[in-house]
Amino acid sequence: MPEVKYRPNIGAPRTPANEEPAEERARDFRPVDTGYTKADAIAEANRCLDCKKPLCMEGCPVGVHIPQFIEKIREEDWAGALSTIKADNLLPSVCGRVCPQENQCEGKCILGKKGDPVAIGQLERMLGDMADEVGEAPECKPANGHKVAIVGSGPSGIACAGELAREGFDVTVFEAFFTGGGVLTYGIPEFRLPKAIVKREIEGLEQLGVHFEYNSVAGRLFDAEELFEEGFDALYLAVGAGLPRFLHVKGENLPGVYCANEYLTRTNLMKAYEFPVYDTPIRHGKNVVVFGGGNVAMDAARTALRLGAEKVTLAYRRTEAEMPARRAEIHHAKEEGVEILELCNPLRFLPGPDGFVSTIELQRMELGEPDASGRRRPIPVEGSEFAIPCDVAITAIGTRANPFAKLCADVELNRWGLIETDEEGRTSNPKVWAGGDIVTGAATVILAMGAGKTAAASIKKTILGE
Amino acid sequence: MYKILKKTQFSENVFEFRVHAPRMAKKAHAGQFLMVRINETGERVPFTFANWNPEEGWIEFIFMVIGKTTECLSKLEEGDEIQDITGPLGKPTEIEGDSVAVIGGGVGLAIAYPVARMLCEQGKKVYVIMGARTKDLLILFEQFAALPLEELFVTTDDGSMGEKGVVTLPLARLCETDSIDSAFAVGPVPMMKFSARTCREHKIPIVASLNPIMVDGTGMCGCCRVEVGGETMFACVDGPDFNADLVDWDDLAHRQASYRAEEAVSKKQYEEDCACQK
Ligand SMILES: Cc1cc2nc3c(=O)[nH]c(=O)nc-3n(C[C@H](O)[C@H](O)[C@H](O)COP(=O)(O)OP(=O)(O)OC[C@H]3O[C@@H](n4cnc5c(N)ncnc54)[C@H](O)[C@@H]3O)c2cc1C
Ligand SMILES: Cc1cc2nc3c(=O)[nH]c(=O)nc-3n(C[C@H](O)[C@H](O)[C@H](O)COP(=O)(O)OP(=O)(O)OC[C@H]3O[C@@H](n4cnc5c(N)ncnc54)[C@H](O)[C@@H]3O)c2cc1C
Ligand code: SF4
Ligand code: FES
Repeated sequence: MPEVKYRPNIGAPRTPANEEPAEERARDFRPVDTGYTKADAIAEANRCLDCKKPLCMEGCPVGVHIPQFIEKIREEDWAGALSTIKADNLLPSVCGRVCPQENQCEGKCILGKKGDPVAIGQLERMLGDMADEVGEAPECKPANGHKVAIVGSGPSGIACAGELAREGFDVTVFEAFFTGGGVLTYGIPEFRLPKAIVKREIEGLEQLGVHFEYNSVAGRLFDAEELFEEGFDALYLAVGAGLPRFLHVKGENLPGVYCANEYLTRTNLMKAYEFPVYDTPIRHGKNVVVFGGGNVAMDAARTALRLGAEKVTLAYRRTEAEMPARRAEIHHAKEEGVEILELCNPLRFLPGPDGFVSTIELQRMELGEPDASGRRRPIPVEGSEFAIPCDVAITAIGTRANPFAKLCADVELNRWGLIETDEEGRTSNPKVWAGGDIVTGAATVILAMGAGKTAAASIKKTILGE
Repeated sequence: MYKILKKTQFSENVFEFRVHAPRMAKKAHAGQFLMVRINETGERVPFTFANWNPEEGWIEFIFMVIGKTTECLSKLEEGDEIQDITGPLGKPTEIEGDSVAVIGGGVGLAIAYPVARMLCEQGKKVYVIMGARTKDLLILFEQFAALPLEELFVTTDDGSMGEKGVVTLPLARLCETDSIDSAFAVGPVPMMKFSARTCREHKIPIVASLNPIMVDGTGMCGCCRVEVGGETMFACVDGPDFNADLVDWDDLAHRQASYRAEEAVSKKQYEEDCACQK
C-alpha cells in the first residue's frame, strides 16, 4: 500500500473541552472537565502539524515525545499512544489535568503563534484515563535483591517507586499520612483531580510489588541510619515543602482565618464537606476572602464556593496577569463566580462579637520595578486603606521546607532548609537521594515526578554499578 | 490497623488503651503524642503517650470522654482495631530543676500523669496539683496517689474534694516556701494562664503543654499555631511544650473554641445514631 502522507487539518479550531456548566458544578465536588471523547481526541490530533523540530517537546520538562503520541492517536493506536507517553511521564492522568501547559508544551506549540495550540494536556489526560481500557501490563525485571526506601508518597516518591520497582528493586514507601498521593490527595481538590485517579496510580504501584507503610513519620518513627541497618541500600527523600507561610498581620490567628493547607486538608483528605457523616468539621463561610494568586489560592476559592459560600473574593497583591496559577484555573474560578480583587494586601483581620473573623482591612498596592522573580514588585499606596466584611479568610501565600527533612537523614540543607542535591538527585550523604518540592521549593507535579525518575536512574546506576 | 491489647477503665469516663505498635514503642518519649483516626470517617485527634514497652511492642494512652471521637473510642474493646495511629509526634518533655510542681486540670490530667511519673523515675522531687470544677471531674486521682510524690494537692472550685479554690493556691504556697525549682502545667487555658502568672511573680520557670486543635500533627496545616513570645509556633512540631510565660493565652483560647458548634452537632448526631442501633 502506498504511504499516504499525513495532511494536518489546518485552520481547524481547537476542540473545546467538555466542561460542566459553571453554575451547577460550582456547588458540588464533581469534576469540572469530563475530558475528551475519542472523537474529540482524533479531531484534535489532526490539528497537529507533526513538526520536524517539535517546539512542544522543548517546553516539556520531561521531554514527552508529543508528536509521536499524537500520531498514534490519529492511528487510533491507543495502547501505543499511552506507552509512548508513559516512557517519559508516569502519571499522564495527573499531569494532563494539573500541568501548567500554557507555560510548557502548549506554550511552545507552533500553532499557538497565530491561534490556539494543540490541546496536548487534554490528549494526555485522556490517554492516561484509558489505562484500564487498553490494559497496560507494565513489565518488571526480576527481583535484584536490593531494597530502597522512599519517604513521601507525593508525585516524586511515586515516580521514583515506579521506576525502581520496574527495575526489579524491592521498594518501600513510608508516608506520614494514612493514605498516599501527597499534595495530589490532600491539596488538589476532587473537582480538579479525582481521588480515584490517584488511588489507581497507587494501586498500580502495589501491583508492581511496592510496599506502602502509612502513618510512618520519618525522623520521628525512624531515621535513615535505622533503615540502612534494616537492610535498605538507598533512601529517596520526597517529603515535599508543606510548611505554610503566614502573612504575620494582626488577627491572623482568629478563628475563621485558615491557611489554605488546613482548609484544603480538612476538605480533601478528611472530607469535611461531608460533615457530620465524616467527623472533621470546617467552617462554611458565606463571605469568603482568599489571599494569593497561585493554584493553591484558586483551589481554596473554588472549594469555598462548593462549601456554599455566597461570595468568594480572591485578593492578590499584583494583577491577574502576574498570577502564577494555571490559566485554566483562573478562567474556571472566574467562570464559577470568584471575584478577583487586584492590587491589595491585608493589613489586619478584625473579630466580630462572636470572636470569629468578621472584617478585613486592606491596603491598595501599585506595581513598581520588577523584582528578582522578574515580576513587578507591589508597593503599598499610602492612605488607601479600606475594609471588607468576611466570615472566612484563607491565606495561600506559599510554603516552606518541611522541617522533618533534617530529622530523617544527615544531609546538607541550603539556607531555606531545602535539601542540596546534584543534578542526579544525590545529597551530601552517599546513600541518600532527594527530589521534588523539598529540593526545588514549591514547584510543580511534573518537576517533582521528573526528579523522582532521575533519582531512580541514579540509584540504579549506583547500586547495580551499570 | 492497630489492635487494642488491653482496655482499662479508671472511672466512668476515663480509659486507658494498650495498643500493638512495635515501631512506635521503640521511639516514644514522655510528652510526645500520637494521633488516632478510629475509622474511615473519623477525625484525627491527638493523645499523649502514657506508657510504652519496646520489648513487648505496645504503647498506651489515657483518654477522657468529652466528645464524639472519645465517646466512640470508649466503646471499643480488647481485640478491636483502630484504623490509624501516627506517632510519635511533638518534642519530648524536658524539665529542669530537682524539684518540680506538676499542675493538671481536666483532660490535662491524662497528659500530666505520664510526665509526673517520668519525673519521679528521674529521681526528682515531684509535687502534683490536681484541679477540677468538682469532684466528679477529677480524673486519675488514684493513679497519681500511687506515685512516689513529695505531696499531692487537690483543689476543686466547689470544695467537693480537697481544697476549695484553684490550683494557684497550693502553687503559690510551693513558690513562697521555696519548695520548687520549676513547674509544668497542662489543662484548661485559664488554669495554665494563672499558673504562669503565679510562677512569674516568684520567678519560677514554668513549661506548659499546649493543646490546640490539630489536623495533621506534622507541621503541614498550621491549625495548631500558637503565639509564643510574639512568634508563630506550631504546637505539633515546635511543642507541645512551651515556656508558659511567653504564651498568648487568649489567642489559644479563641482558637480552641473554633468548632464548638460543630462539636455539639457531631456529638448529638452520634448519640442519635447510637440510640437507633439499640
Ligand atoms: C493546593 C495545591 C494545588 C496545586 N496545584 C498544582 C497544579 O495545578 N499543577 C502543578 O503542577 N502543581 C500544583 N501544585 C504543586 C504540586 O502539587 C507539588 O509541586 C508536588 O505535589 C510536589 O510533589 P512532592 O512529591 O515533592 O511532594 P508532596 O506532594 O508534597 O508529597 C510529599 C509527601 O511526603 C509526606 N511526608 C512529609 N514528611 C514526611 C515524613 N517525615 N515522613 C513520611 N512522609 C512524609 C507528605 O505527607 C506527602 O504525602 C499544587 C500544590 C498545592 C498545595
Ligand atoms: C498534644 C495534645 C495531647 C493530648 N493528649 C490527651 C490525652 O492524653 N488524653 C486525653 O483525654 N486528651 C488529650 N488531648 C485532648 C484530646 O485530643 C481531645 O480531648 C479530643 O480531641 C476530643 O475529641 P472529641 O471528638 O471526643 O471531642 P470534641 O467534641 O470534638 O472536642 C472537644 C474539645 O477537644 C478539643 N479537640 C477537638 N478536636 C481536636 C483535635 N483534632 N485536636 C486537638 N484537640 C481537639 C477541642 O478543644 C474541643 O473543644 C490532647 C490534645 C493535644 C493537642
Ligand atoms: S509544536 Fe504543536 S503542532 Fe508542532 S508537533 Fe508539537 S503539538 Fe504538534
Ligand atoms: S496540626 Fe497541622 S501544623 Fe500542627
